[in-house]
Amino acid sequence: MAQFMSLAAAVEANIRDGDTLAMEGFTHLIPHAAGHEVIRQRRRRLTLIRMTPDLIYDQLIGMGCADKAVFSWCGNPGVGSLHRMRDAIENGWPGPLAYEEHSHSAMANAYEAGAAGLPCAVFRGYIGVDLPKVNPNIKSIVCPYTGETLATVPAIRPDVAVIHALRADRAGNVLLEGIVGVQKQAVLAAKRSIVTVEEIVDDFGARNLNAVILPAWTVTAVVCVPGGAHPSYAQGYYKRDNAYYKKWDAISRDRDGFLAWMKTNVLDKGPEAFAAERRRLAAV
Amino acid sequence: MPETHTPTEMMTIAAARALKSSDVCFVGIGMPSAACNLARLTHAPDITLIYESGTLATKPSILPLSIGDGELCDTALTTVSVPEMFRYWLQGGRITVGFLGGAQIDRFANLNTTVVGSYDKPKTRLPGGGGAPEIATSCGEIFITMTHSRRGFVDKIDFVTSLGHGEGGDHRARLGVTTKGPTRLITDLCVFEPDRVSKEMTVVSIHPGVTREQIDTNTGWKVRYADQIADTPAPTAPELDALRAIHARTKRAHGDQA
Repeated sequence: MAQFMSLAAAVEANIRDGDTLAMEGFTHLIPHAAGHEVIRQRRRRLTLIRMTPDLIYDQLIGMGCADKAVFSWCGNPGVGSLHRMRDAIENGWPGPLAYEEHSHSAMANAYEAGAAGLPCAVFRGYIGVDLPKVNPNIKSIVCPYTGETLATVPAIRPDVAVIHALRADRAGNVLLEGIVGVQKQAVLAAKRSIVTVEEIVDDFGARNLNAVILPAWTVTAVVCVPGGAHPSYAQGYYKRDNAYYKKWDAISRDRDGFLAWMKTNVLDKGPEAFAAERRRLAAV
Repeated sequence: MPETHTPTEMMTIAAARALKSSDVCFVGIGMPSAACNLARLTHAPDITLIYESGTLATKPSILPLSIGDGELCDTALTTVSVPEMFRYWLQGGRITVGFLGGAQIDRFANLNTTVVGSYDKPKTRLPGGGGAPEIATSCGEIFITMTHSRRGFVDKIDFVTSLGHGEGGDHRARLGVTTKGPTRLITDLCVFEPDRVSKEMTVVSIHPGVTREQIDTNTGWKVRYADQIADTPAPTAPELDALRAIHARTKRAHGDQA
């Protein structure tokens, strides 16, 4: 049953060194505040799973929290490279980074298989391409009914899933709207989960009867962190901070510049900094 | 005569012209997004645009910076989860055209967006495939847009991220793929289409003011030309106006961010 906690307590209680961790959110609702807390608590040897590593994993990797990444597209969307992730892969800084690479289809299917309690996902994919040659976790299976050869990958079953949602009610039920990505699947596939939200309300009020809801009994910890998705966005609360994504290209290019930026903006700050960003963006 | 245009504008407009109102199109960020929205705002008003973030039939008035900007969701008919997008809509065969680009392409339109150099010790680590490996085989056909250069148009790509025509001929069919694959490659210099039999990408149309020498110089293999080569019609004033208006709106909307 969901427990309301502070962000520091939720990370402390649920994320351990060496865990497999999936922090999801497809462009929308990326749990950046939680990522910063993981960095502040200096978690190590994490396996970071995420379809699009994005700035959140660039920061975690650059700060030495991970020794492996599982992903399907590692860029800064609309801008270019993730320089910290590239530096780890190409030069082993701050440490070597092993990686397991998939396609979006494979990862989306693997999360769904995880949520469904299946050992693997089956889909039509990876035909005529090189990824199966370099990733031993991509295999094939023959359909017993038609004889068609299909791709299969292991289900994703993370130790911990972390997502950012719009609202929770007082019971700890969680509401997601807009671009919902793979967050529901990630939480249902994981052993433990942390959900940060923009606000906690008495009642969700009028809503679509098919709204994406994670019931309180599927979530481990709920934390109210207004602005917690910044620089990504929260539908109806604030827009994507495109300027931040563009600035990140310069900030992350250089190791010392990156470390200095992380000290000022992450290590020396707390989750309340995100509320200020939300106020600033909401005013734009 | 309309005013002068840039090579990139010519490429975007030529790509937009390839789209029809009846198309259901899987759109990537960047040039494909500009081309698809230009088509929607000019000759193909009923085209269905789908972005992999889950937005179905979206009608953005500005170009999104990312694949999942709020503008896409706000203007979509509906928004589905990412697993549903890839399973029901893409794998389910609901998409007629997919738009792809890449860092490297070969003569059979196989694409590399994964790595330059070896996979284990990359010279340059690129973003990777994202949706491309399955887009390339599940969409009815594929249009590719890429700026022409010898660095990108290579004899042998370092990594096959997404399948074009493989080794050529009936290679796709031999792999059990039933979709057409790359039917058009639109660059800033010309348009290629696959040869009917060999499937080698062959120049069928050359943009205004471009010479064969320019194409040859910027291609890392010996370019094949069709027997009949068309002159790509220059961008019309309405096409250029519409494209520039999209970019101007986008810039305004993103403020100093664009």
